[in-house]
Amino acid sequence: MTTQTSQSEILTVTGVGVTLAGRPVLDDVSFTIAPGEFTGLIGPNGAGKTTLLRVVLGLQQPTSGAVIVDGRPLSRHNHAAGYVPQKVLLEPDLPLRAKDLVALGIDGQRPGIPLRSRKRAEAVREMLHAVGAESFADARVGELSGGEQQRVLIAHALISRPRLLLLDEPLANLDIRSSQEIVTLLAKIATEQQVAVLLSAHEINPLLPVMDRVIYLANGRAATGTTEEVIRTDVLSRLYGYHVDVLHVHGRILVVAGPPEAAAGVPTDVALQAG
Amino acid sequence: MFSGFMVNAWIVATIVAVIGGVVGFFVVLRGSAFPAHAIPKGAFAGAAGASLLGINTLIGLGAFSLLAALGIGRLGRRGRSDVVTALALVLMLALGAAFLSRTSQYEPEIYSLLFGEILGVSTTEIVPVAVLGLVCLVAVAVLYRPLMLSSVVPDIAEAKGIRSYRMQMAFLVVVAAATTVTVPVVGALLMFSLMVGPPAAARALTSRPALAMALSVVIAMVTVWGAIAISYQSNWPVGFFVGVFGAASYALGRGAAALRSRVAGQQSSAIAAATS
Amino acid sequence: MGAVFEPGFFTSSPVHVAIVIGTVVAVVSAVVGVFTVMRGQSFAGHALTDVATAGGAGAFLIGMSPLLGFVGLSTAGAGVLEMIGVQRARGRDLATGLVLGVAIGLAALFLYLDATATATTGATQQILFGSIFTTQASTIPMVVAFSVVALGAIVIAYRPLLLSTVSSDIAAARGASVRAAGLLFMLALALAVGLSSLAIGTILSTALLIGPPASALRLAKSVGRALAVACLIGVGATWLGILLAYDSYYWGSSHQALPVSFFIVAIVFVTYLLSGLRRSARPRTAAAPGAAPSHAAASPAAPSRATPAHAAAPNQATG
Repeated sequence: MTTQTSQSEILTVTGVGVTLAGRPVLDDVSFTIAPGEFTGLIGPNGAGKTTLLRVVLGLQQPTSGAVIVDGRPLSRHNHAAGYVPQKVLLEPDLPLRAKDLVALGIDGQRPGIPLRSRKRAEAVREMLHAVGAESFADARVGELSGGEQQRVLIAHALISRPRLLLLDEPLANLDIRSSQEIVTLLAKIATEQQVAVLLSAHEINPLLPVMDRVIYLANGRAATGTTEEVIRTDVLSRLYGYHVDVLHVHGRILVVAGPPEAAAGVPTDVALQAG
Repeated sequence: MFSGFMVNAWIVATIVAVIGGVVGFFVVLRGSAFPAHAIPKGAFAGAAGASLLGINTLIGLGAFSLLAALGIGRLGRRGRSDVVTALALVLMLALGAAFLSRTSQYEPEIYSLLFGEILGVSTTEIVPVAVLGLVCLVAVAVLYRPLMLSSVVPDIAEAKGIRSYRMQMAFLVVVAAATTVTVPVVGALLMFSLMVGPPAAARALTSRPALAMALSVVIAMVTVWGAIAISYQSNWPVGFFVGVFGAASYALGRGAAALRSRVAGQQSSAIAAATS
Repeated sequence: MGAVFEPGFFTSSPVHVAIVIGTVVAVVSAVVGVFTVMRGQSFAGHALTDVATAGGAGAFLIGMSPLLGFVGLSTAGAGVLEMIGVQRARGRDLATGLVLGVAIGLAALFLYLDATATATTGATQQILFGSIFTTQASTIPMVVAFSVVALGAIVIAYRPLLLSTVSSDIAAARGASVRAAGLLFMLALALAVGLSSLAIGTILSTALLIGPPASALRLAKSVGRALAVACLIGVGATWLGILLAYDSYYWGSSHQALPVSFFIVAIVFVTYLLSGLRRSARPRTAAAPGAAPSHAAASPAAPSRATPAHAAAPNQATG
């Protein structure tokens, strides 16, 4: 892995460790993301995915390691990143339409009242079109379905033209079809708008068709690379610290914990060939 | 009803309604009904203390509502916010009780502090009310965007550098300022009705934020004007009508919203039936 | 300042009545209050005090016993709140607020009519700040009766209440009647508020309802222990408050006593702050006592509003 940041990398994470309340949550995590790349941050619940995203966002100070965003070391918060958090609570009677929420993404962090302008309205309309949310642009955000809300939140994050888009478990509460639609949408955004997408999930399969690279997180440790390089029995077993099997079933991947007798803590070095 | 001293009442009532409607929009948005009730009550204690010390009531109001706001904000960081609000509130009220026990003739004063003295507002009192009211409005205007973001999607706001804690404190201080201005007029208890009922009704009626705020102000104005008018005719206290009208406006707003969604539901199921 | 127990304290008949009423009220408030805090209904508990104000003022108007007024209207208010029974925490807060608004309006009306129609003063003061030293001994049986009903309601609803604090879905699945338990709780809450309004006044009744339970929940690890600690704190604060209020008459030369309610609230508040110190001395764990999982029922369920989430501990405070 290269130790010097090349200008083309949008995000470089080197040796990041985070210890919270005496417990090591992340340990020596390193990876890079190139512009327009679609990266999946995969791992079981509690592996540290949200913590890692918070580090990249600048919300969590790493106890060790460095984060370089767009060639510059990370300051208080990450201006280059758009963010779609995991849990967003929008009440049904919230007086905010989808287009209003997206408009807030343009300059919502600046004080004052937004001035209505044709340019703003145009930008909002364009973005809603790009995410396929035009049909419910005037609906209350609190009345949208899970998938519709995700689209609006993505539009909100993208309208400020970030070069990096972070999503925390965006597929967790979606049905299969909405899940696929969101993944397809994100892939399209990544390639067409050259926005690097980093999204976390505990299920890898929905992302297989579009993922360029994967960061697999287990026990706070990470393995990064392409799917073929990372999602392997030997690599994951080493990460987990006990034997896990990687099974390929009809083009889908299953990661299964090994039999109890094998969980003696000694990872196997025998690479099982995919059937 | 519109002559002489009543003019003052109408003017002040309008100012109070505007402030209540605007600040109330965020009170309801942030679900801060309890602090919006607690801060005016804390202010009441301050006014009692001020009258004990013989200083201007506004100072007592301002000091104690600010104290309440800061206390609720600061303590709410660590403890449960509703518990903290309740305790901060009763502490201030206890102080007020202590103050009041020291004075002799206080029953009429308690009443006017709790329920307002809108008909007794003098011309000189309008100026500070208007000025402070303007300050409130300017503050809300400046805070509008980050406060909206922080109230609706706090995690995203946090990522953009808008700290939730700071927004909460700023908001509570604005509520304190609004309280200081309005308590002498509508009373500690009723300011709350203006800050909750009309905005709740407004947001049930429209999905557009700017319109919701405007409607909030309009409904607050109608509430206060109506209360004054009927109070003038019936000689019953203004407070009674403000409280009841505030609640009524909320009920009407919810009713309208429920009706709208039922009609929309019928429409969409009719469409579904027609196209299936 | 003179002795700790100023002359006549132990022989004074009003003090005896005050101690009895105060103790009973403190216990009921503590028990009901523990559940109130766990269910995140502090606002409702406070709103009912303003309803009680209207009740007391109305009772005064028609010459009824203030206790009946407090308890009566408070129960009616609790019934309305339960009927509105909105699911989401925010909607419920709003509804509480509006009931509160009506109650305040009624209080305004009744207090005004009190002052003008009956031409007697002091009603407002008694209603707002309590009359523990001036209540007749003959009221004690009624106080005890209402207390028994309130505590009985809690005892009956105990298990479903606990279960539904954790999750109303689990409770319902187990066949526990969540609805009935909720109703019983609201009844107990109304009675507790009514009773403490008599003792320390409507304005400050919330202190006895919320303060000792909040402190207890920070200190104790189980509900049973929290109930015991809350009672201890509540009764202790009440006794100490009564003593200090009695003594304050002898302080200085003005011979003006400070109200009992003031002392009780001050003691309760200090206890709460102290309990916070004790808790911060312990290492941060993922589930601290008092951070009840019922945050869905707690005030504004906006995620991570007040504290940036430390990844080890779930969000504790809200808006």
